Amino acid sequence: MAGTGTAHLRPENETLLRVEDLVVEFPAGRQKVHAVSGVSLDIRKGETLGLVGESGCGKSTTGKAIIQLPAPTSGRVRFEGTDLTGVSGKPLRRIRTRLQLIFQDPISSLNPRRKVRDILAEPLKIWGRGTKAEQAAKVRETLDAVGLDPDVALDKRPHQFSGGQCQRISIARALVMEPELIICDEPVSALDVSVQAQILNLLDELKARYDLTLVFIAHDLAVVKHVSTRVAVMYLGKICEVGDPDALYAAPAHPYTAALLASIPMADPTVRPSDDDLLSGDLPSPVDPPSGCRFRTRCPRAQPHCAAEEPTIRQVGPDQFVACHFPLVG
Amino acid sequence: MTTPTGNGSAYAAPRDAREAPLHPTDAPVGFKLSSRATGRLLEVEDLRTSFRTAGGRVRAVDGVSLTLDRGRTLGIVGESGSGKSVLSRSIMGLLPKRNVTCEGSVVYDGQQLTGMPDRKRRDLWGTDMAMVFQDPMTALNPVLKIGNQITEGLRHHLDLDRRTAHQNAAALLRSVGIPEPERRFKQYPHELSGGMRQRIMIAVALACGPKLLFADEPTTALDVTVQAQILNLLARQQRERDMAMVLVTHDLGVVAGRADDIAVMYAGQIVEKASAAALFANVRMPYTEALLRSIPRLDEPRRAKLQAIPGRPPDLAAPPPGCRFAPRCPYAQPRCRAEAPPLVESEPGHSYRCWFPVGVGPVPQDAAAVPTRGAR
Repeated sequence: MAGTGTAHLRPENETLLRVEDLVVEFPAGRQKVHAVSGVSLDIRKGETLGLVGESGCGKSTTGKAIIQLPAPTSGRVRFEGTDLTGVSGKPLRRIRTRLQLIFQDPISSLNPRRKVRDILAEPLKIWGRGTKAEQAAKVRETLDAVGLDPDVALDKRPHQFSGGQCQRISIARALVMEPELIICDEPVSALDVSVQAQILNLLDELKARYDLTLVFIAHDLAVVKHVSTRVAVMYLGKICEVGDPDALYAAPAHPYTAALLASIPMADPTVRPSDDDLLSGDLPSPVDPPSGCRFRTRCPRAQPHCAAEEPTIRQVGPDQFVACHFPLVG
Repeated sequence: MTTPTGNGSAYAAPRDAREAPLHPTDAPVGFKLSSRATGRLLEVEDLRTSFRTAGGRVRAVDGVSLTLDRGRTLGIVGESGSGKSVLSRSIMGLLPKRNVTCEGSVVYDGQQLTGMPDRKRRDLWGTDMAMVFQDPMTALNPVLKIGNQITEGLRHHLDLDRRTAHQNAAALLRSVGIPEPERRFKQYPHELSGGMRQRIMIAVALACGPKLLFADEPTTALDVTVQAQILNLLARQQRERDMAMVLVTHDLGVVAGRADDIAVMYAGQIVEKASAAALFANVRMPYTEALLRSIPRLDEPRRAKLQAIPGRPPDLAAPPPGCRFAPRCPYAQPRCRAEAPPLVESEPGHSYRCWFPVGVGPVPQDAAAVPTRGAR
């Protein structure tokens, strides 16, 4: 199996969330879109896992499959000892209060016709948390925590806020239920750099304050490096490389990680961008993914062996794991 | 690479500009020094574009002046709402007439563009200036086949017959890195990936051999790996065609290695302008400095607190008095809030709009209020 394997997983009793061999497929006519094909991940309490990859690599699908939205085609998702794939109905909804999602587009993920007060109080009402007064107090407290003035914000609607402020409201909405784990699906990619830094700092503060564990999905390696304690690189529904960000960024083992890093434009005119294209072509179709290693069609180091056999994840450093037959290190 | 007709190179460009248009370090330093009588392609003087809205007149571009020589690249950097896209559309004349006022002077290759009737302007579009838009999905016509979208300009402007236009377009597609052009001709935009669509957009823009290409956030909608491909493609085409380019982006990283000169925009105005090398070596405007600092960098240690810019850009219907960045500026003094600083070329080739620039003392004429600022 290419890019599969569980060598990078830590002992189960140490982790808060453990995803094993996750597969998500969508029907496409008579064919199937192989969005996620055998991804395994785990997160310890208090960690931030950065999940990186190009659009179409299945990173958002993985995030959504974790909270069973929709349920994965196969695989296990263990959260606090329960396998979420075996739970449905009310028990699943109850567990979901401890897992929250923040979406990429802050404006379209908020109901435009509702006031901020109602958007934030909704989950509390549904679960009957506390009295009305307690709920109102909780909403105010959360708004304050994300840096919005409750007196100003409560009675406004989403269109009266900027993108950055809407993202703060989305974060507040995820926080009111006091979740254990928040999955942030590209929370800053729709924002300007100056605002992006505000939101990243805010997430970092809230993480410490509320003792949160985060899955941070993004396509920007620099952003991911900044926030993560562990990074997983995905390509076409598979994991390429997992590891400690310092090791992974200093010496990437997978040719794809190396290409991603080299593609980032540097804000430094003395660094001349390379004239050669680092990666040729586009992402292959997930309907009919390449045999063997899925990256081989664009890989500068591909050998015939890569087409025949799919690499499994193996350890190449103290905390660095790679799925490649010919890695750059180890 | 075939340029459709001789249309693309009917002028004499200075040798140095032709040979090394992309090396900021080789280029003469700054705007003024690099301008030569023969090389000037575009001259914008005090351009003001405003929109009439329910909330008042929004001055999206407020007194912008810039020049661009043949074969060179100008990077325009700014956040959303800074007026960078409106600026390039105003220069090209792509804004609607209703509720839009556009004043100032735009001289392109000796011709005054402001006030030029659309009929005449249209003859310049495609053959002299062209634009690559940000979103390749909405900029391409979804119900027209790729082939028709590329040959349209060729047939209209260059009067080519169907066959020649088709052949030219196929060569063009190959040159922008699209395999199997014949098959792509019959496809619709939705059948292609984002990167492919952006290549088509570039092919459409380059079809009639423009001398000036506006690239308005050409890679913002794309992945990093594809972004690198597209930027390289633009650079290669620019070199081969000796074309001038205005590269509009919000990412200082994109322009750093690729533009000769950089203009940073904030709230409708240029706040700092210099050669790429000079700008990054000596950032003077606090806004540029703040922008650079708020970018998470790969070469920095992890989990260092990012230096965000507090607040948000001003409402352009009612900009603050004084310096427009003052409400968010960490170095703001009372004078900044009262009096708007002009854009002054305070160092050769390096202009900025600030009373108390970073790294140098206060501007000479103001000896009274000297703020002390730590060594930077």
